[in-house]
Amino acid sequence: MADEYNLIEKAIIMDSARMKRALSRLASEIVEENQGAKDLYLVGIRRRGVPLAERLFNKIEQLEGEKPLYGIIDITLYRDDLSTVGANPIVNKTELATDIEDKNIILVDDVLYTGRTIRAALDQLMDFGRPRKVKLAVLIDRGREHRELPIQADFVGRLVPTKQTEIIKVMLKEFDDREAVGIYEIPNQ
Amino acid sequence: MEKPFKRRDLLGIRDLSAEEIKGILDTAENFREINAREIKKVPTLRGKTVINLFFENSTRTRTSFELAAKRLSADAVNISISSSSVAKGETLIDTALNLDAMSPDCIVVRHGSAGVPHQLAKVSKAAIINAGDGTNEHPTQALLDAMTIREHKKKIADLEVAIVGDILHSRVARSNIQLLTKLGARVRVAGPKTLVPDDFQYLVEKDLIVCKNIEEAIEGTDVVMILRIQKERQDSAYFPTLREYSIHYGLTHERLNLAKEDAIVLHPGPMNRGIEIASDVADSSRSLILDQVKYGVAVRMAVLYLATGGTASSE
Repeated sequence: MADEYNLIEKAIIMDSARMKRALSRLASEIVEENQGAKDLYLVGIRRRGVPLAERLFNKIEQLEGEKPLYGIIDITLYRDDLSTVGANPIVNKTELATDIEDKNIILVDDVLYTGRTIRAALDQLMDFGRPRKVKLAVLIDRGREHRELPIQADFVGRLVPTKQTEIIKVMLKEFDDREAVGIYEIPNQ
Repeated sequence: MEKPFKRRDLLGIRDLSAEEIKGILDTAENFREINAREIKKVPTLRGKTVINLFFENSTRTRTSFELAAKRLSADAVNISISSSSVAKGETLIDTALNLDAMSPDCIVVRHGSAGVPHQLAKVSKAAIINAGDGTNEHPTQALLDAMTIREHKKKIADLEVAIVGDILHSRVARSNIQLLTKLGARVRVAGPKTLVPDDFQYLVEKDLIVCKNIEEAIEGTDVVMILRIQKERQDSAYFPTLREYSIHYGLTHERLNLAKEDAIVLHPGPMNRGIEIASDVADSSRSLILDQVKYGVAVRMAVLYLATGGTASSE
């Protein structure tokens, strides 16, 4: 993706080892807060939230010897910009095999920016049932000043205050050729 | 207003490339899950208006389009011939212009004459979806048939498909022949000579065989698609009696046994039990007639989504 837009790399702020450590800490915080893996339901937001949720799932299983529940949410059909975006994003499947009723949901995404993706994910979750709690875990929080909705993360891998002209890319081996988090900028801005 | 559907309307399978067809099917695949939810509704097309303009009777297709629109949160309005001003003498184009003045985003049209959706597409600002035009095409039926076949056979390329019955008057057959051959299947057609013209091969360049009888068409096939005998055309004497048709062209278990062991049976409905298809075949586990109806909603959701601005999924 970086190449498509000729983005200029400004800094790599996390490498693979730092990402691993951040995810380990997030996993610990999540089970500490939930007091174990009971009723814990990790829900990855497509696309990059999905592999992150999978990694948290594995770490939680290692920590607790118990598997949390796991699902995937695709927010395309719940976006609020369908009529303004030129080419709409592609629809993928939402996979919530286990009932979310009375579960402790952890929504997992790569970057928290405006909060609109999370709004869409929350709306969709509510259409599936009534969870006991919903919390948000993100690898990168770009800072409150960018938020367009009253939404904050409960578990944050790293807070990275950024300018609006900057782009944060979380690169994961599932989609990209390397594992890293970088700050990029669009040329001529 | 610019229409975001790359191919602004869905008028027929004829216009679509194999890639476009696969894109619609992949998108529909992802919409299926919504129809299995407890709350079968997503807010995607909130504020969009879909008009179902039906000049011919239809229960299945109209209901399917209406549910598809409603499950995407669009507002669906149904207009049928008996309640329209066409009965009062308004021309087709005037009807279209009047509907257009109310700014719908999409008009789903069924008409007894071929080419009506194409005419509407020329004058309307809304995206036009063909829900069956005369004997020409019924693209969403072919798409849902393809989805049913793909679900059970995991592919379409290289399959042998038999289509049996009134090919001459069938828009379902025309759309299916085009779609299946575009995706690499081989199609055989059979029926009374009056209803299966020898020169039917003109329709596609290759992979279509006109068979002499139903046995020849069915032997060794993966899919048997039975068409409805249109009783309303009976006065035209295409064949002597319904009973004779049933004897020579009805699908019985005996005939179905000529097909591959795992062959599946499709019928676009409404079916005449005991005429083109024996009741026990229609109710057997090889018959996927109700699956077709089920997938129909997902296919129409995908088509509405794409016609009003979505991008097709790809694997």
